Amino acid sequence: MTELLVGTRKGLFVLQGEPGSPFEVTERAFAGDPVEYAVRDPRSGRVFASVTSPFYGPKIFYADDPAGEWEQAEGVELPEGGETVLERIWVIAPGAAPGTIYAGGDPGVLFVSRDGGATFEINRGLLDHPTRPKWEPGAGGMCLHSIVPWPGEPERLAVAISAAGVWLTEDAGATWRRGNQGLVARYVPEDVPPDEVALCVHRVHRAATRPERMFLQFHGGVYRSDDAGQSWADIGEGLPSDFGFALALDPADADSAYVIPLTADVDRVTPDGRVRVYETRDAGATWQPRGDGLPQDEAYLTVLREAFDWRGEGDALELYFGATSGTVFGSGDAGATWTEVAEYLPPVYSVSAGGHLDDDRGAGAGG
Amino acid sequence: MPPMPVIRLREPLKRLAGGRSEHAVDGGCVVELLRELERAHPAAKGWILDECGDVRRHIHVFVNGELSAPDARVGADDRIDVVPAISGG
Repeated sequence: MTELLVGTRKGLFVLQGEPGSPFEVTERAFAGDPVEYAVRDPRSGRVFASVTSPFYGPKIFYADDPAGEWEQAEGVELPEGGETVLERIWVIAPGAAPGTIYAGGDPGVLFVSRDGGATFEINRGLLDHPTRPKWEPGAGGMCLHSIVPWPGEPERLAVAISAAGVWLTEDAGATWRRGNQGLVARYVPEDVPPDEVALCVHRVHRAATRPERMFLQFHGGVYRSDDAGQSWADIGEGLPSDFGFALALDPADADSAYVIPLTADVDRVTPDGRVRVYETRDAGATWQPRGDGLPQDEAYLTVLREAFDWRGEGDALELYFGATSGTVFGSGDAGATWTEVAEYLPPVYSVSAGGHLDDDRGAGAGG
Repeated sequence: MPPMPVIRLREPLKRLAGGRSEHAVDGGCVVELLRELERAHPAAKGWILDECGDVRRHIHVFVNGELSAPDARVGADDRIDVVPAISGG
């Protein structure tokens, strides 16, 4: 039985089912409120949800059972007395250290919990970074959307911010340096100084078995890093479009990546009305379409960055993605065939397939 | 105890403020009253006022039925209603 946590514009939906079959909605929480993201920590079993009430502001809630009582996590706020407010929490991710949970949000901020998610504190190294005044937001705000721990090494962490690029720390967030060498922003003139370019990174994941390898979906471009995010090589050749948001990996294969191309930044829908997931098994040298069972006629879907996740690995790799149309698709055979897992949901913001740790290959995936 | 302005809350703010819908709170203006309310009920902290100390964008505050600014003066006999704005739904 697979559990999906689906964050939507109108609440959190818990889906359960068998891979390759339609799933059942077993629970709905936070009805009416936007749920940006939800994830189950595989270590504690605790479920976290990022809820952005338009009235009462962004909060993180947690529960051992999504059908039971939810508690509000403490400390999810910017320092008082400033000139900016926390707009949204985009992503929540278990860290490499026991009890550590990270949360990333707008305006480009990282929170860390060391007590299993009950209380958070803001990372001052990133908040107070001297380059912050030059950071620019993307269309969705200045979102910290990707949090990428290093398996077994809690001091090392990568995060990505749209549009402030990739940031790397090797001292548990005390200091941060850029990891953007090789990224090409086609949307600005080529003579803009590199440190002034707004780098609109859309999603980043790390290969579980080879942590120095990372994949990145850019605002025009798909990239791979083999040096822990210091530099990046364009691997988008062969895709119908290298624009998109969503990205997934097979934890068993460091040469694998899955993307869902969208037409372009001015037309953020599946190209030619066909929904296709593209897979590489050679680290981006070649890409193959995986669309068997997906709509191939007049289907103009938008799949957001947090709305693609995986569970398991190898031939039994499960892949799930949701669209803003309210449909969730799934594959139980590593993308070879697809079925509709759920339809007629509110616009899907995120899909989480059980939560994972990057060093826990069998437990699932995501984040 | 001298008379004080009364803040009226609806769910979910009522639940976060100890389950009571009416709160007599001392203060000179709307935002001071709301700050005092959040101080007295920490579970409600951040739900009405943001980190900058401002009333959240899609919350409306009425004083005696009149939509009022955060710095509106409040008297001992005034009634303050805190309600979600229709713009936020």
